[in-house]
Amino acid sequence: MRETFVTTTTALLAEEPRTALVLADISGDAFEPALRDHPDRVFNVGIREQLMAGVGGGLALTGMRPILHSYAPFLVDRAYEQIKLDLGHQDAGAVLVSIGASYDAAAEGYTHQSPGDVALLDTLEGWTVHVPGHRDEVPGLLRAAVRHDDRVYVRLSERENREAYADGSVLRRGRATVVAVGPMLDPVLEATEGLDVTVVYTNTPRPWNVDIPASDEVVVVEPYLAGTSARHVSRALRTTRHRALHLGVGSAEVRRYGTWRDHAREHGLDPAGLRRSISAFL
Amino acid sequence: MTAISAPTNPLHNLLSRVTGDAKHAPSAHSTLDVLWVLYDRVLRISPETADEPDRDRFLLSKGHGPAAYYAVLAAKGFIPEEWLDDLGGWDSPLGHHPDRVLIPGVEAGTGSLGHGLGLAVGTALGLRAQGFDRTRTFVLVGDAELDEGSNHEAIAYAAAAGLALTAVVIDNQSSTHGWPGGIETRFPGWSADVVDGRDHDAIERALREPGRPHLVVARVEPKRG
Repeated sequence: MRETFVTTTTALLAEEPRTALVLADISGDAFEPALRDHPDRVFNVGIREQLMAGVGGGLALTGMRPILHSYAPFLVDRAYEQIKLDLGHQDAGAVLVSIGASYDAAAEGYTHQSPGDVALLDTLEGWTVHVPGHRDEVPGLLRAAVRHDDRVYVRLSERENREAYADGSVLRRGRATVVAVGPMLDPVLEATEGLDVTVVYTNTPRPWNVDIPASDEVVVVEPYLAGTSARHVSRALRTTRHRALHLGVGSAEVRRYGTWRDHAREHGLDPAGLRRSISAFL
Repeated sequence: MTAISAPTNPLHNLLSRVTGDAKHAPSAHSTLDVLWVLYDRVLRISPETADEPDRDRFLLSKGHGPAAYYAVLAAKGFIPEEWLDDLGGWDSPLGHHPDRVLIPGVEAGTGSLGHGLGLAVGTALGLRAQGFDRTRTFVLVGDAELDEGSNHEAIAYAAAAGLALTAVVIDNQSSTHGWPGGIETRFPGWSADVVDGRDHDAIERALREPGRPHLVVARVEPKRG
């Protein structure tokens, strides 16, 4: 997904003169050609994430469309107040594109992981959140995002589904509903094999716009903090009697390294763990 | 030299109409002369051109104590004088910190310290990218505000980028631990002027310096209490 992001962004810089890119060293090498071709609109501010967000706000105030990019914990967690004030409070927008997700950087440890990025943005007004499940979903989301001035977060990850799907795709039909966010789709499909469930896919969890078929049991599987979407689901189903199960990453720090597969298993987000949780709930 | 100190100056009347912010009063007055010189002599901006893409930009990073800012904006016709009579009220657009969405002519909503310099760097980069070469960007910071580390991210990058940006630091010695060696030494790679923050001609000369980037330290009376 990161390579697709680099390719698409480099093309957009050539096509859309309003587009600017702000980096904080991460992916600096990959964007070397873009830096060379557009020195007036591509900036590497060094290891300065607070400044990256402030620069994004300033660029937007002059009418540019800034894309900001880093590891999720540095882009969102570290610069949270700059995102809140230098973008939101100024009534300015930007496209934030993160890599690393909840535990792609498993061997790097907790310092490089951001299971709470979407929950943090949920405290703020007006953010559209894209969680693509496949690299081929990235270009369309990015191209749409640079053509307006709103606040958009694109959460890229190494984990991806075998193929790309459109937002809102229904992949299986049954009694209860399982909503799979982004890269959670393939493990959800494997986990629910033979179960009487509808599986709905979304790569755009904010604003929460998932069309949940009439069913009294809902499971949401998301690749960031468990329960992040709970209040959105509760609101969407406020007039319907229902039971809900929210699966995702736990908030307890896992002081182990390994790979993202190990962490997925530890958080019960591998197919076996999901099947256990979903079966027990249904 | 200090025209504003004359009791007949119309700003006095406007300033006295801004009430309800006693806590921040000394800091409000520390910025008064620099703000007046900016709006009266330097900035290419008026209520009629407040939305022009090539207007000069001024960002009040130190959003605290904005009484002087509001008085100057009223004196220059950006906001009605009547607004000054209700600071921080439910129906007032004027808060104890300025909000750009509510106040015509205000470029940045500030209050939490250490945000204006980064926004100003982005503003200057955006103006440069769009070819507005005559447009100048100014940002005003307090000496205590410099405590915030985010400023130093912006200071280092502005110098590395050779950015056409002028920062004014109002020095009323309010930083708890001070700046041994001088504030100007904390802006490596910037050209700098240190001026009497009440001397309008000296302030104007320093603000007209075309540094890339340029620092103006405006010294005023030490904050009391």
